[in-house]
Amino acid sequence: MSRSPGRKQENHKISRELFVLTYGALVAQLCKEYEKDEDVNACLDRMGYSIGVRLIDDFLARSAVKKCRSYSETADMIAQVAFKMYLGVTPSVSCNSVTGNEFSLILDKNPLVDFVEELPAERASLCYCNLLCGVIRGALEMVHLAAEVSFLQDRLKGDAVTEIGITFLRKPEDRRHRR
Amino acid sequence: MAIFSVYVVNKAGGLIYQLDHYAPRSDTEKTFSFPLDLVLRPHDERVVVAFGQRDGIRVGHAVLAINGAEVNGRFTADGKDVLEFLSNPANYPVSIRFGRHRLSSNEKLMLASMFHSLFAIGSQLSPEVGSSGIEMLETDTFKLHCFQTLTGIKFMVLADPRQTGIDALLRKIYEIYSDFALKNPFYSLEMPIRCELFDQNLKLALEVAEKAGPFGPGS
Repeated sequence: MSRSPGRKQENHKISRELFVLTYGALVAQLCKEYEKDEDVNACLDRMGYSIGVRLIDDFLARSAVKKCRSYSETADMIAQVAFKMYLGVTPSVSCNSVTGNEFSLILDKNPLVDFVEELPAERASLCYCNLLCGVIRGALEMVHLAAEVSFLQDRLKGDAVTEIGITFLRKPEDRRHRR
Repeated sequence: MAIFSVYVVNKAGGLIYQLDHYAPRSDTEKTFSFPLDLVLRPHDERVVVAFGQRDGIRVGHAVLAINGAEVNGRFTADGKDVLEFLSNPANYPVSIRFGRHRLSSNEKLMLASMFHSLFAIGSQLSPEVGSSGIEMLETDTFKLHCFQTLTGIKFMVLADPRQTGIDALLRKIYEIYSDFALKNPFYSLEMPIRCELFDQNLKLALEVAEKAGPFGPGS
């Protein structure tokens, strides 16, 4: 599908159901292939990571945002601009720690779990949307921000909300020759 | 042809893409009789005109071909030294093609890495903290515009000094890169870009920018 330049990108929208179904099929296939939940989670995280390292340039090219000067600006940018652009939802951001490097994104609507009500009993510790964690981690790494991203709470596991925790890891060397 | 070339440099300073977009240079081919009235001298790996500019042959032009056969640096196609060949009256009359030397791909790689280092020096020399690197390099015949993304990739465009709209073009090239290079699952990051779609779309974008002319792109 070639795009004609000089015109705004035509939005050839693909059905949302197809995307959600594709993601579900991916997770289901991984569950068939791996017995342990940790393996499935790790696999989803790796896939998300390779998506994230490529998606970040797409995000930066389309949104033309300026460099973020603090971790809280970065977390806000992820929640309000990136999630909105790619998933159409806007999680709320809260800062978890006094040191200012731990944040939570609280999602009340998650399009990926549209058709999932709860996890099967034998897959109790599966992080269904772990791909998102990998995406965020990969994207942050490409802008020289090392972070650990994981699900702190998950509605599918019975918690009240779905919460993604981002912990920025301080790297002293990065600070010195940041450009 | 107001946009001359595009260079894409990865985070480590290696050139991953290069496109030359200008019209073919005017080479001049002439027949000479002994003695040659141009002064030639060796320079790097080539033989260049040092003096005696005339008829389209300028100082700095290199010897590109002798009697139709392309020269190989300082040696003719059959291995003889060019300067020796041309100082022997028995070889005349001879037809020599002069033109501007085209940069080899190794030279381009080297120049790109050098620019990458200069770019870093630029931001360190700044009296202000957190300055950007070199954004524009200007000479009397071209302007080099450079855009560094937050991920460390640099896009450089060499264009005519009067050409406007290069900033928008650089952003457009970034979009094209993020679409046709990054979204290609078989393209590995930081490696040379060998994607046909990227080439095609980049050339189209350059043509659009050029057509807009010195007044900037129309809507």
